[in-house]
Amino acid sequence: MTAPATTSGLARPAQVRGNEARLVRAGFIPLIDIAVLVAAVEVGFAAREGLELQLIRDVSWSNIRDRLAFRQFDVAHMLSPMAVASVLGIGSNPYPSFAPFALGRGGNAITLSIALYRDMQAMCGLKGDEDALTNARALKDVIDRRRAEGKPPPVFAMTYPFSSHNYEFRFWMASAGIHPDRDVIMTVVPPPLTADALAMGAIDGFCVNAPWNIMAVESGVGRIVATKPDIWPSAPEKVLGVRPDWAEANPESLMRLIVALDAAARWCDTPENHADLAVMLSGENYVGASPRMLERLLAGDLTVDPDGRHRSIPGYFTFHGQHANFPWLSQALWTYSQMVRWGQVEHRAEQAAVAASAYRPDIYRAALAGAAIAFPPADSKVEGLQNDGFIDGRIFDPARLDAYIGDFKLRTEPGTSNTPF
Amino acid sequence: MAPPFLRVAVIDENALRAAILVEGLRAAGHTEIEVIASTASLLRRLTEIDPDVIIIDLQNPSRDVLEQMFQVSRVVSRPVAMFVDQSDGDMIQAAVDAGVSAYIVDGLRMERVKPIVDMAVSRFNAFERLQRELDTAKSQLEERKIIERAKGILMKSRGLGEEEAYALMRQTAMNEKRRMADIARSVVTAAALLGQ
Repeated sequence: MTAPATTSGLARPAQVRGNEARLVRAGFIPLIDIAVLVAAVEVGFAAREGLELQLIRDVSWSNIRDRLAFRQFDVAHMLSPMAVASVLGIGSNPYPSFAPFALGRGGNAITLSIALYRDMQAMCGLKGDEDALTNARALKDVIDRRRAEGKPPPVFAMTYPFSSHNYEFRFWMASAGIHPDRDVIMTVVPPPLTADALAMGAIDGFCVNAPWNIMAVESGVGRIVATKPDIWPSAPEKVLGVRPDWAEANPESLMRLIVALDAAARWCDTPENHADLAVMLSGENYVGASPRMLERLLAGDLTVDPDGRHRSIPGYFTFHGQHANFPWLSQALWTYSQMVRWGQVEHRAEQAAVAASAYRPDIYRAALAGAAIAFPPADSKVEGLQNDGFIDGRIFDPARLDAYIGDFKLRTEPGTSNTPF
Repeated sequence: MAPPFLRVAVIDENALRAAILVEGLRAAGHTEIEVIASTASLLRRLTEIDPDVIIIDLQNPSRDVLEQMFQVSRVVSRPVAMFVDQSDGDMIQAAVDAGVSAYIVDGLRMERVKPIVDMAVSRFNAFERLQRELDTAKSQLEERKIIERAKGILMKSRGLGEEEAYALMRQTAMNEKRRMADIARSVVTAAALLGQ
């Protein structure tokens, strides 16, 4: 693909010193939030740092994890909870990796089958412009009625047990009193198969990143009932996952990569670049979707119902602004709180410290020390304040982690999650 | 006394590759092998088979589905990824390179599983070679066909003999430093555009 005209202003490539690798191999899953990595390659930000960033498409998060562990990748487009799970040693090949840079925010949504949504409308009189919490409450009413009628619970899909999608879907349901391990069946469906699974009736809803939600809506099988900003605007999404032994052998390459990604993230956040970005992402080697659809998504314009209803969501994708790349320790800890809440890991004070170690704000700060960037004053903050509220109305103060976890009414004890198959 | 046979589940949407692997495992004396081609009923099938070893190709997105099952399920005995036991680095490297992944019931000794994984690796590699040869043969055939069509078009529109038309394309390809099949493709496209 030819780089757009914006590359002309880039300086000559810098040389990476010594024996360090110039080539950086990065695995990714085809989703819009690979934008920062793609821009780093296609616009030339990586080359300007003297790096040859090679993007390698893969089909599963398990592969991303394993190919990172077995040195086929040096870094990867990774679900933020994967890094946390990897340092906690949970999952089936928990090889530790760390996240020194977040690849932006946004993109997730929850889509229910049209049949299920029309049931919610009929039962609760939804007109279509209700907020995400009202939709969740309507879903609860339908689930309760179906149970009373002796019907099986709905089956909901997400993409990976350690994913923002899993925790956001559960958080949304629980905010309305739906217990995700008792009232519904949670399963995994790979993102490209979600719309088909919904169409075939194999699942009744899913939470996944873009563009798969509006693909389901525009093919007439799904209805978007909540988006990530409805649940928690600054909820962590993908991160740059790094293999520790690669970082140790190539410290300068890692720093240069972060500088390149920072520049790429700024570029992606500039609305004037969205048309170019959409064309880049549309390639079969990246996301493989129509550029027009991608451009609409980048602008936060979502078709939410096959009847044509739209929602305009400012900041649906944020690639750089509002410290979107900063690896907040408080966000690693929030992810940990959800892992504990749903019984994936037992809560102990030393576990929490390990979970936080997956995020490396110290590396972020060191790499960008020379850049014109305003750093946050601390590595951790109280989450869910002002315009960044959680859907359940609570705030997350990492200093009060025990109380935050203890106050969840709906939760699952470790080892007791149901066998929902 | 020989150890009891291991039950092997092969998850592969590619029926040909699965067949090649199953045939190899049978020849090596493993009799209890089940192939799961569709991922729709993955857990039900795995529960029925209750395998000691699960072989799945790395290109199968259902690996993430397995991951979730192992998180929540008490039905299937807890399998672990073969990658967890990193004692045999060479074998794991070979498996990753070949695109094979295996899950092994926890506690099963690696020596017993190794021949199965080795077999999967060699059969996957053989299948890959076969596929490459097939692809090459197919594209060669297609190129021959397109060159024939372009030749026909040139003969008709420019009144050339067969050899002259062929020589013209070859010369053009040499001049433009392109492959003859590419020149032929341009001729066919142009003819279609011009309605010939």
